[in-house]
Amino acid sequence: MPNKIDYTNGLPDPSKLKEEILAKYPRKVAKKRSKGMVINDPAQSQEIGANIRTIPGIITQRGCTYAGCKGVVLGPTSDIINLVHGPIGCSFYAWLTRRNQTRPAEGEPNFMTYAFSTDMQDENIVFGGEAKLKDAIREAYDMFKPTSIGIFSTCPVGLIGDDVHAVARDMKAELGINIFGFSCEGYRGVSQSAGHHIANNGIFKHVVGNTERERTGKFQVNLMGEYNIGGDAFEIERIFEECGLTLLSTYSGNSTVESFAYSHTADLNMVMCHRSINYIAEMMEEKYGIPWIKVNFIGADSTAKSLRKIADYFGDEELSAKVEEVIEREQLKVKAVAAAVKPKVEGKLAMMFVGGSRAHHYQDLFTELGVRVVSAGYEFAHRDDYEGREVIPNIKIDADTRNIEDLVVSKDEENFRDDLVAKKAELEAKGYEFKEYKGMMPDMQKNSLVIDDVNHWETEKLIEFYKPDLFCAGIKEKYVVQKYGVPLKQLHSYDYGGPYAAFGGAINFYKEMERMLATDIWKLVDAPWKNEPEIVGSVTVDA
Amino acid sequence: MLLRHTTSEVKERKALTVNPAKTCQPVGAMYAALGVHGCLPHSHGSQGCCSYHRSTLTRHYKEPVMAATSSFTEGSSVFGGQANLLQAIDNIFGIYDPDIIAVHSTCLSETIGDDLGQIVKKAQDDGKIPEGKFVVQASTPSYVGSHVTGYANMLEAFVKYFSFKTDEKLRQVNMLSGWVEPSDMRELKRIAGLMKLKTVLLPDTSDVLDTPMDGTYKMYPKGGTTREEIVSMGDSMKTVAMGEWATKSAAVALDNKCKVPFELTDVPIGLKATDRFIQALSTAGKVSIPECIAEERGKLVDVITDMHQYLYGKRVALWGDPDTLLPMIEFLVDMDMKPVYVVSGTPGKKFSARAMEILEAKVPEAKVRNGASADMFLMHQWIKEEPVDLLIGNTYGKYIARDEGIPFVRSGFPIIDRIGHSYFPTVGYLGGIRILERMLSAIMDKIDATSPEESFELTM
Repeated sequence: MPNKIDYTNGLPDPSKLKEEILAKYPRKVAKKRSKGMVINDPAQSQEIGANIRTIPGIITQRGCTYAGCKGVVLGPTSDIINLVHGPIGCSFYAWLTRRNQTRPAEGEPNFMTYAFSTDMQDENIVFGGEAKLKDAIREAYDMFKPTSIGIFSTCPVGLIGDDVHAVARDMKAELGINIFGFSCEGYRGVSQSAGHHIANNGIFKHVVGNTERERTGKFQVNLMGEYNIGGDAFEIERIFEECGLTLLSTYSGNSTVESFAYSHTADLNMVMCHRSINYIAEMMEEKYGIPWIKVNFIGADSTAKSLRKIADYFGDEELSAKVEEVIEREQLKVKAVAAAVKPKVEGKLAMMFVGGSRAHHYQDLFTELGVRVVSAGYEFAHRDDYEGREVIPNIKIDADTRNIEDLVVSKDEENFRDDLVAKKAELEAKGYEFKEYKGMMPDMQKNSLVIDDVNHWETEKLIEFYKPDLFCAGIKEKYVVQKYGVPLKQLHSYDYGGPYAAFGGAINFYKEMERMLATDIWKLVDAPWKNEPEIVGSVTVDA
Repeated sequence: MLLRHTTSEVKERKALTVNPAKTCQPVGAMYAALGVHGCLPHSHGSQGCCSYHRSTLTRHYKEPVMAATSSFTEGSSVFGGQANLLQAIDNIFGIYDPDIIAVHSTCLSETIGDDLGQIVKKAQDDGKIPEGKFVVQASTPSYVGSHVTGYANMLEAFVKYFSFKTDEKLRQVNMLSGWVEPSDMRELKRIAGLMKLKTVLLPDTSDVLDTPMDGTYKMYPKGGTTREEIVSMGDSMKTVAMGEWATKSAAVALDNKCKVPFELTDVPIGLKATDRFIQALSTAGKVSIPECIAEERGKLVDVITDMHQYLYGKRVALWGDPDTLLPMIEFLVDMDMKPVYVVSGTPGKKFSARAMEILEAKVPEAKVRNGASADMFLMHQWIKEEPVDLLIGNTYGKYIARDEGIPFVRSGFPIIDRIGHSYFPTVGYLGGIRILERMLSAIMDKIDATSPEESFELTM
């Protein structure tokens, strides 16, 4: 379909589009939604309404706190039994549906292919489910002999007053393994986001710092907020190993609980998905003095930039040389593919509405191909993910989020790393940026439309207005958008492809863009007789 | 090994479910509601359920699946979700303009005790339901039964709400289909057409979840049973209800409300269940069975007799939903196959009893379990104890199939890693041929892949 809007002088002003979208809403809804839609101007600091409750009936794409806690953060860990306390659905739907790959060593446990549930029945709702939960834990222990069990609360658990934390304490004492609970009932908070926070608190409280491990490398790091979808973390692990970095733990792609337990012995934390894991990064700095930096391994140039930032942190010549060597070698391969793909896709228009971080990260990949991002947004990110961390002090915590606990963390006298604190101060004086994330909006073009918690109606209008060449979102949007004749790239599941991270991932993504944007397949949609004059049948059976 | 912790040592469990052979009610209610024309399903609970259910249906059909949600917060979970639902109804009619909103509940709103009927009445009284528009509600607590129960509850709600008896008797037959695919719904209508019978099929997801790509998106596709049709079901001659778990409650409700008698029959999968369905339709509509249907039957029998050597004595493990499992195991037994392991997470004492009745003469060694802790983990343990030649069930079976090297036929819900179920039926005699074709292909592919070179066959 031809583009009706001229983009040669920058992106068009979407004010009219915004007006049209809002015109459909009742007055109160329009007021709320107006705050969630910002016509971007990177030269100014603009405020967006984010992390606020979903409007009932609006057809949101959001999920719940349980999904954020069990599905996202704890789901990818292979050696823990994740026991879902609730009716069967929550366990069933989070069973293998996110593509967190894992590669446990020979003989090591892998419970990720299993779904564990207490399968609550009506009598458990009436009389309480704690006894059944205890039995389920005993049975899980007897059959699988895990070293850790996590218990995940679902909607009814909080209402009927089952105390999963007390059950966890009792069972931990009885069985002698690490057992801990999460109050991640689906109604808490306003989205998956509250679940991330609850998961962060739980892991920090019950796992981090539990064991020590002898130092095995000169440069020990943790990668945080990387879930190994489609093998992303494997690709990053490969690069780290070649550079000589020792990856202690990834939160939580291709991870083990055991690795979280000694992750406090790292020299640096690197945050990929800011939204889901910044809490642990912050708490580890407070308790152990480990500084954290924001990194991004989506996009070849971003990967190179992040690797250099890590090398600069350690300030070791040998490491820096190795990093440059790897970058040079890998970029050679990447640039060759980019050069072949770019002419075929350059100038195309994309929009992306993804969870809480990818809508930003993936813009780097599009920039490398000359594809323009006209509109983007998150399902459940907070203002700092849009506007940058400097707005954190100004964020008002509303009634829906107030009950999500903020852990009070104090210094661990024994393990606190004064050396790292000193190193941080020294680097900061030289302009090196720690715990800094500037958010998505400053990186987007003027007049691009930024939308939080986009809904179905808004999606329809966006397609009508922009006629994009590519829409990036998830499974619920995929076939809706494609019926319009617009290809959709899933940036949650990668449409069962990947990896897309780091250098190898960039190559995969470029090729995927070539497949999707340079194909003629969408021209098959119209039947050849669509625009021909109709022939009136004269020899049909009815004639 | 993908399921490296599964061993053959079966320990009785009373509390832990591992790898369930069921999911929860609301997704069934959502699927049933999509089979009504111009209807938007609505999930009254926190929004996670709605997203999960839409995603599962979309993965199964590779099609858009629309539904709205009340998006409960902690506040509404304490004080009740009335305000959320009223606001949702207002927004949905204003923004998305369906003819009908079909509301179902979740474990959250059920535990709180929200009275959907009362809230919908309030919406009506407050003028939030526009003229000519409707809100139907079904209670679907996730801690009772399974997804099949949710389907049954929504179906029952539709007939209770819309069907109406007038003085005029219509020469038509109601068909209540159990949980089958759009392709199967289409096949049921084709069979009725061959019998020159006027029928109303409820629900009907054909042309809803198998729509063409034409460059436009239609939020309410052309398919689905219309409200007028559901209304008219009250004046039909008879109801043929296919599957006890999914359709009996709606058939009973229709009988109670509109005095339309019903015959409960199986989902017409395989030979005998299709025979009974055809006879039930013939009796209900007072029509004779045409020769062309007998010919289709003959074709199925022809394939069975031609291929008997590959079927005879083959041990099969099956899992899924009661209404489709029962006719399937009967079909297998009739072909001298041995459905040795059968599990369904859906509770109901009648299931095991009926299954054993079908199995006892020819497969006395069969193990059948349904309800609590009847899960795929247990079934896998049985397989470890004594292996099978074929697996039949939903996508989750692929992990067992790979670990154990067993041929695998996808059947039931959800199938999220293959296509076909939306386009090619498994009900009726022709559907039976398709099931056979797929079983034989799976069995023969394994023979081809594993036979020694000297006995590799060109023809089978």
